[in-house]
Amino acid sequence: MTAAARIIINEVKGYHNFLKFMIGLVVLAVLASAVRFVFGLGSTTNMNDTYPWGLWISFDVVTAVPLAAGAFTLGAIVHCFHIKKLEPLVRPAIVTGFLGYSLVCIGLLLDLGQPHKGWHTLVYWNVHSPMFEVSMCVMAYTTVLFLEFLSPVCEKFGYHMPLRVLRWLEMPLVIAAASISTLHQSSLGTFFLIAVDKLHNLWYNPLLPLQFWMSAIFTGMSIIILEATMVHRYLGQPDESELLEVLTKILPWVLGAYLAVKIAAMAFLSHGPLFDRPALLALFLVEVIVGVIMPMVMFMKESNREDNRMQLRGASMIIFGVVLNRFNVSMFGMIQADQVIYYPSVVESLVTIGIIAGHILFFVLLAKYFPIFEHHPETVDYSLPDHFHEVDGHEHGQAKGVEA
Amino acid sequence: MSNSTSDVSKHRTFLIDTTKCTGCRGCQVACKQWNQLGAEKTTFFSGEGYQNPPAMSEHTFTRIKFKDYQKNGQNEFAFYKEMCMHCNEPACASVCPVGAFVKTPEGPVVYNAGRCIGCRFCMIACPFGIPKYEWSKAFPLVKKCTGCYSRVKEGLQPACATTCPTAISYGGRSEMLAEAERRLKNRPKHYYPAIYGKEEAGGTSVIYLTHQPLDELGFKKVTLRPLPSYTWQALRLVPGIFLTMGGGLSLISWFNHRKERIKQEEAFKNSKVAPETAEPETREEIQ
Repeated sequence: MTAAARIIINEVKGYHNFLKFMIGLVVLAVLASAVRFVFGLGSTTNMNDTYPWGLWISFDVVTAVPLAAGAFTLGAIVHCFHIKKLEPLVRPAIVTGFLGYSLVCIGLLLDLGQPHKGWHTLVYWNVHSPMFEVSMCVMAYTTVLFLEFLSPVCEKFGYHMPLRVLRWLEMPLVIAAASISTLHQSSLGTFFLIAVDKLHNLWYNPLLPLQFWMSAIFTGMSIIILEATMVHRYLGQPDESELLEVLTKILPWVLGAYLAVKIAAMAFLSHGPLFDRPALLALFLVEVIVGVIMPMVMFMKESNREDNRMQLRGASMIIFGVVLNRFNVSMFGMIQADQVIYYPSVVESLVTIGIIAGHILFFVLLAKYFPIFEHHPETVDYSLPDHFHEVDGHEHGQAKGVEA
Repeated sequence: MSNSTSDVSKHRTFLIDTTKCTGCRGCQVACKQWNQLGAEKTTFFSGEGYQNPPAMSEHTFTRIKFKDYQKNGQNEFAFYKEMCMHCNEPACASVCPVGAFVKTPEGPVVYNAGRCIGCRFCMIACPFGIPKYEWSKAFPLVKKCTGCYSRVKEGLQPACATTCPTAISYGGRSEMLAEAERRLKNRPKHYYPAIYGKEEAGGTSVIYLTHQPLDELGFKKVTLRPLPSYTWQALRLVPGIFLTMGGGLSLISWFNHRKERIKQEEAFKNSKVAPETAEPETREEIQ
């Protein structure tokens, strides 16, 4: 056994048991995806001609994308709207987003029948396809997140030149992130506009893309709350509930606007019966009451906004609501009254569980080895450069003008 | 996407008069022969009625559905030929990210397996549930009725239309529509007063005449609007939203950063800090 391998094994042995469990789940998922490629989609998943899209599209793509929306939301809040005190939350959000999107790409490749031809979207354009739009955006945005993620990596290894380029790129990247995310978050809703007469009227209306975008914004903020609270509880980072209060102050406004759009669209823009399927109606009510109305009312009260525990509770309710919403739109609402019910197979479930476990695992590992939290924004001048010699300055021979 | 230069009225179109169908299922056999589709192991009454196989699949592009009904105390059959409708503006072609589906100027909607990435969006989009997937394979593709494009291109008729002894006529869309109207007019009692496919999904290259009400025979009630327009009304806004969002956020950031910079400079001026020796030189250079 080589020395390097011995070091790695000793390192892994030192991990917390929870991390070892996560590693186990990821390994299981890798094995399950191998099984999918050997035995085919039909025999390993419960998808069929009635259910061409199963758990992998509903969760790994349609739900995971809004769950990874924290990076673009917070980037815009901090850098464009200049609420600078939230800066310490940005880097963990970028890591979460980057991991999320990378895993979306992996999930999508597993689900495609011809993953080796995935690059075809880059060559054979069909601008009429929402799927084309989303795949281009996801590729572009994953690249943007990767560039943003490079900052801590460069800091870790002390690469100063790339850091300067990245600093210079920061604002353009933040703006690109928000614009690209607006497009594909909403286009995920456009997917289901083609399912006329299939998706139930409770969800089908022409404003579905707008609703998908708005819900991505409040989900992004909730994920940041969840992630910051978890990191405080389990990774020994400082309590950020004072910063999170800013987010809980914005949340009721976004939730309220979303609710208004949702109800108006349902009342005025949908055709056909709304209340003919009791099961769907129940799902819809749970989604709206637990996922939107309750957290909105909760965060309207100041004492709740400040309270660490209530912040987590509200954010979890919002996240639950959005997950249910995406499943309602992409799966439950598409089931016709006379169809057999789909449920995911063992392989499908193992892969999706592994993707969630992988996200947690890689986040903890990145936080362990890279300066994700040890970022001191107060030492950095984030103002737009108004002339070009500022950074080079006159301090020849000094350490470069970047924080390391 | 649908080819705007091609003339819809000239699209080769199937006129399927289900009142003339005898249920011989020659079309099913001919389809399998021409497209070299594998046989399916079937048993009687595995589906809803007499029809076999129980469902359309990667091996079955067309199928005769049997409908039992009573007329004057007698048991009767009505038939319905299930197949790709070859829409004038196909939903499958509009949602495919790589443009693997094309509405040909001749009429058939054809599928380019070489381009397909296997995302199955066409299966979600099709209002008639036509595209099927090779679920048995590790790297599956989509399968569907080709409208016998290889035959039509050479001036032949599709395999099922050639084989059918009674019910299928094949020709230009306007001719077929005129023929259907003529039959409806001549024998109003004989037919249910509708031409399925004339306006369904914005018009299709397969049109049906029936004796039974359409829904009783298993015809899906679909929107009359071309399906691509439903997604396009949102997608056409994409460039505008991208520019507005990017431009708007850039402006907001610029103003906010400018405000911040001015505030800092003001604070520095008001603080009356004695400038260090290097300071005047730096200032000059800035200005």
